[in-house]
Amino acid sequence: MEYFLHILILIGIYVILSVSLNLIVGYTGLLSVAHAAFYGVGAYVAALLAIKFHSPFLVNIILAVVFGGLLGAMVGIPTLRTRDDYFMVTTFVFQVIIFSIFNNWVSFTGGPMGLPGIPAPSFFGWRIESHLDYLIVVLVFSLLVVILSLRIGHSPFGRVLKAIREDEIFSQAHGKNIAFFKIAIFVIGAGMASVAGLVYAYYISFIEPTSFTVMESIFIISIVIIGGAGNIWGSIVGATFLVALPEALRFIGMPNAIAANIQQLIYGALLVLCMLYRPQGFLGEYSFDK
Amino acid sequence: MKPILYIENLNKRFDGTVALDNFSLKVQGASITGIIGPNGAGKTTLFNVITGFLPPDSGSIQYNDQQLIGLPSYKIARDGIVRTFQQLRLITRLTVLDNILLAFQNQAGERLRNIFTFSRLIKIQEQANRKKTQELLDSLEIRDKENALVEDLSYGQQKMVSLLCCLAAGAKMVLLDEPVAGVNPETINIILEMIRKLPEQGVTVILIEHNMDAIMRVCDNLVFMDQGKKIVEGDPEMVRNNPAVIEAYLE
Repeated sequence: MEYFLHILILIGIYVILSVSLNLIVGYTGLLSVAHAAFYGVGAYVAALLAIKFHSPFLVNIILAVVFGGLLGAMVGIPTLRTRDDYFMVTTFVFQVIIFSIFNNWVSFTGGPMGLPGIPAPSFFGWRIESHLDYLIVVLVFSLLVVILSLRIGHSPFGRVLKAIREDEIFSQAHGKNIAFFKIAIFVIGAGMASVAGLVYAYYISFIEPTSFTVMESIFIISIVIIGGAGNIWGSIVGATFLVALPEALRFIGMPNAIAANIQQLIYGALLVLCMLYRPQGFLGEYSFDK
Repeated sequence: MKPILYIENLNKRFDGTVALDNFSLKVQGASITGIIGPNGAGKTTLFNVITGFLPPDSGSIQYNDQQLIGLPSYKIARDGIVRTFQQLRLITRLTVLDNILLAFQNQAGERLRNIFTFSRLIKIQEQANRKKTQELLDSLEIRDKENALVEDLSYGQQKMVSLLCCLAAGAKMVLLDEPVAGVNPETINIILEMIRKLPEQGVTVILIEHNMDAIMRVCDNLVFMDQGKKIVEGDPEMVRNNPAVIEAYLE
């Protein structure tokens, strides 16, 4: 039972990550590979606050979102001067820098040893400990993120994001300050990813840098693309499918050591198949093959 | 009468090619000005400079006593100067309705504060804009295309939609880059009829066009330019009969 709840919690975390990235990649057309960095910042901020300051859960949530959002702005403002491939490379650079900080600032982040012993949080007297507790927490957060993203996606704001994805010049010619919209969505997406990081840090109670590498960013992008870029429901389906898949492999009796490699193979194959036969993903409306 | 747009000594060069050469022009409010000239005369460059998509090397553009040079293009659009593009720019993978709705200015739903607070204002304004969009579509008799994807429209209908986007954006001045080129005669009539009525609504029009017949039907003032220079300007009939113009169009 706990195992099953564990999978659901992971799915919830990846729903938050992929839905928030979908706003950036799917709606606005900005192929960012820095999402794991924002995820990591949320996790590290929450872990450091909890371990060093024993600050309350609610405060940590707010600070994690604020730090994630600030970093989003810090990455966004210089990066958004670039476009297409250059944009991706610039976000890649930021991803690598953030990882290096996690990995090398030993006195602060614990370096490769990570940060163990993150205390269980409590929320107005409710001590969040069991798998079920975390499932509730992750459900609440993912629900919030999904509702907010749907709201953004279906608002005139979301319409401008799509217009930027399709034609920046058209949008500017009709009075849209595209730099503002791009930075805003980057900050929102980063803030949401930080929430996923916070939940992850408390849940696992131990974090280390390798959870937040560029591979993780690529995994989240895979969810967005396979699920369908520009469609929030697609990311939910994609996250469920891609997180549950390796577990299913384990069920059919694949040894762990092989399963891990097969998993990578399957992700790769899925992406290639997707590009060949369904470039817009399961439920997407936007493909990258312009 | 004081001109609404006052262009003075614009210069723009691209690696040795002169696109605009001391170009000056006064445009009266609520009038229709046509710009003609051979390919490469600098007509589209002029539009790009006015709308802030290209910085000029030197010169000045006053619009209602405000200097436009140095302003980003989105601000110029907000000030009421909205353009169409020669290579049509529309969001082809979205519907006609979405394209036109996008063009409206000051949308409550584009402000994050309203989104986070679940403001009712968004819905109210969206419905009002939707109604205006339907009226605009009616005016060009393409109401039935409201929910069609732009990529499924004919070329002429796409030109119509791009014109409607300018009007939805609340343009006080529209710059139309070849509004009827490549369009069938029947659609040309509908588009020209709409353009001709714009000054009555207080909208000033500048248009680039090669179709002399269309120019003669709508323009109050005609400018012939070549190699970035204004060669002749004045009454359309007079300009058309100018030897330089005849020579350029016979070649």
